[in-house]
Amino acid sequence: MKKNLNGRIALIVAVLVIFVYGIFGVPAGLSGKALLESITKRIHLGLDLRGGAHLILQVVVSEAVSAETDSAVGRIQQAMKTANLAFSQVIKPDPTKPEVIRIEGTQPNQANDIRSLLDAKYSNEYDVAGGSNNSYAVTMKPMVEQALQKKTVQQAIETIRDRVDSLGVSEPVIQEYGLGENQILVELPGIEDLDRVKSIIQSTARLEIHPVIGGPYQDEQAALASVSGTLPPDQEIVHGSGALANGSDADSVYVLQRVPVVAGSDFRSADPGTSDNGLRDVRFTLTNEAGDRFYEYTSANVGHAMAVVLGGRVREVANIKSAIRDSGEIEGSFSADEVEILSKMLRTGALPASLNYLEDRTVGASLGADSIKEGVTAAVVGVLLVMAFMLFYYRGSGINADLALFLNLVILLGFMGFSGATLTLPGIAGVILTIGMGVDSNVLIFERIREEVRAGKVPSAAVDQGFAHAWTTIFDTHVTTIVSAGILFLFGTGPVKGFAVTLTFGLAANLFTAVYVSRVIFEAHLNKMKPGQLVSI
Amino acid sequence: MELFRSVNVDWLGKKWYFLGFSLIFSVAGLISMGVHWAHIGSPVPLGVDFRGGTQIQVQFTQKPDIDKIRQAMDAAGIRDSSIQNIRNVDQASSDDVLISLPEQTNEAALDTGRQQIVDALQAHYNNPFTVRNVQVVGPTVGKQLEKQATLATLYSMAGMLVYLWFRFQLIYGVAAVVACFHDTLITVGAFALTSQEISLTVIAAILTLVGYSMNDTIVVFDRIRENLRLSRREALPDVVNRSINQTLSRTVLTSGLTFVTVLSLYVFGGQVLKGFSFALVIGILIGTYSSIAVAAPMLVAWQEWRSKSGKNAVLPAAKRSRV
Repeated sequence: MKKNLNGRIALIVAVLVIFVYGIFGVPAGLSGKALLESITKRIHLGLDLRGGAHLILQVVVSEAVSAETDSAVGRIQQAMKTANLAFSQVIKPDPTKPEVIRIEGTQPNQANDIRSLLDAKYSNEYDVAGGSNNSYAVTMKPMVEQALQKKTVQQAIETIRDRVDSLGVSEPVIQEYGLGENQILVELPGIEDLDRVKSIIQSTARLEIHPVIGGPYQDEQAALASVSGTLPPDQEIVHGSGALANGSDADSVYVLQRVPVVAGSDFRSADPGTSDNGLRDVRFTLTNEAGDRFYEYTSANVGHAMAVVLGGRVREVANIKSAIRDSGEIEGSFSADEVEILSKMLRTGALPASLNYLEDRTVGASLGADSIKEGVTAAVVGVLLVMAFMLFYYRGSGINADLALFLNLVILLGFMGFSGATLTLPGIAGVILTIGMGVDSNVLIFERIREEVRAGKVPSAAVDQGFAHAWTTIFDTHVTTIVSAGILFLFGTGPVKGFAVTLTFGLAANLFTAVYVSRVIFEAHLNKMKPGQLVSI
Repeated sequence: MELFRSVNVDWLGKKWYFLGFSLIFSVAGLISMGVHWAHIGSPVPLGVDFRGGTQIQVQFTQKPDIDKIRQAMDAAGIRDSSIQNIRNVDQASSDDVLISLPEQTNEAALDTGRQQIVDALQAHYNNPFTVRNVQVVGPTVGKQLEKQATLATLYSMAGMLVYLWFRFQLIYGVAAVVACFHDTLITVGAFALTSQEISLTVIAAILTLVGYSMNDTIVVFDRIRENLRLSRREALPDVVNRSINQTLSRTVLTSGLTFVTVLSLYVFGGQVLKGFSFALVIGILIGTYSSIAVAAPMLVAWQEWRSKSGKNAVLPAAKRSRV
């Protein structure tokens, strides 16, 4: 009895076309080079194949907490002085516990006033406890501390992203990593010189304000000429955008004092605003200690210029109008954009806390290219050996198995292209393993068919029985392997995840090709067979 | 062509040979692990992923001289460095050298080792080089990875056990898991015997071979279950023997084909995947062996033990309900 297979064959062809599209997209041409280009656009390569750097950073969040409580200490001292409440000192007793502040040496008869002052101003974020010996413990609430930690990590991610953008890396990955331990993952494809990257990520984050000695000059010679040819050791030459001075494209050069007035973690925040005379400006706040320094400097230098230096370049130059303590405005003729950018730089320019490196893996591009070559060679050899064997051992049905295997690979690679999953070196190994395990299903079915034929069944019945009996086993074995691949995906790191992904996709595709597609090919062959002819198996 | 037309081997009769074979390899592996533990504090050499530290792969333009490299390290004051030449598949030495430093407990200084090594080589060893691969793992991450690897293994085994319990019966699950433990032990023992490192990718390979061994065991168990349903009077050992013989063709072929692909990976796949492919090569052989030599005999032994101790046999050939 001939079965109508047209619908099923159409489905298989459609699947083939769809997944070929998944692999290649729409290629520019059919030459080998064009095809290779379109594949590399669709399928993402992992770092171990592309070459690049993989970093895991720890954000030392305790520093951010410490900075916050430092300023709280300052404010408490100020508030208590203003309210005429006596105390001997306000300190943070334990360096390993930056969230705890102690007020010591208070007067017992002022207890109520102290209590109400603290409760009024700080009870939102701190727990106030009256301790023994005329002291009070002001502790940051755990939820507030956690929120601050999260914010610190997010800020660090933003800052790192800015830094990395300036490197021109394509497709960097910067994200939180791990389970709530304040770790950041940074992956930079194509980067080989890790030292440069690290210095950019870590130290360039510093935002500094330097006194301007001279400038803007046309170029370095002009700048040197202004200091009579040799640069004094306490000064430095820094470039800035020409647009600042005269709107030109070439850099302007400034002579600045080497030591900044305030820098980096001295800035607590920055926001865009409007000054009194309607111009846009940037309002910033400094930490207390930095504010004192800044006050000293600005009161002594009214009318002089200071330069905002970010990343070793002058970003803005501003004139000092009056003494500034811990909050001030940077005025200039800023456009709305510029004000926004400057605020952002002031905010993100300062890393909120220092970063420690926990892990650093760099794969050179040459090793990556070698890995690709070796992986693909192994895959091709494996596929050819398997295909040859199936032809040899199962004769005509071997063609069936080889077609199913080929379609399996197409679907697998197409899946990778569609899903944007990353192909890693273990991922290539996963493809190779899929070939071996995938052909297992065919072997199961074919062996069963041989048994049925030997037991005397006619070809169509033998094929039926073969598929029916083998199905439960195929299903069981695929499910168990996919489950273990799933666990690998959950617990594995990048390269191992890649392995789990290709193995899972490959086995899922195999369920389709080894059972459905093979069946259709068999049926098509049976349709054509004459009565009495035997299956070639 | 057909290799196994009518096989009729008494597998269960050979179980003592199998036991002996397994024991020899297991014990050899365990002894080797013990020796390693005494020397380096862990049963198998651990890759950078787990022991932490710095590992740099450097490719020289001329053939590297290990002694000169060590002199360069000493001249720069770098202690505790371990230097190893990477061998190609055919055991010839390549131009690549692996230089490792032990774990730094001070995480702020984690990366200094790499720079020190590069500087030392540039200053004291006259042989231009490129850095091909760098891995620096701090103690925090090392512990995290250890935890992840252990959890993954435990969850895997537990998942398999539950699935088999659900599809078959508990004793099938236990027998299969015991076979998997046996496979893992012998594979890890092979690493100890050949002094190869275990890294995260190797753990992935071991988990994969656990899955593979489970597959293989399931195929045999499936057939046992089917045959038990069909013939109610046969003694269990005979049913098991027959099932193994019937599935032998499929088992050998599949393992053979998978083995061929994995061997291709081992030979052609390059040095980065060496440990991974080695684990799979050993694992596939042992995984196939264990389904016949460990899991099936365990099933029969269990039933014999239950019937000897007078309890109702769980798998009597005469029982009619679902198996």
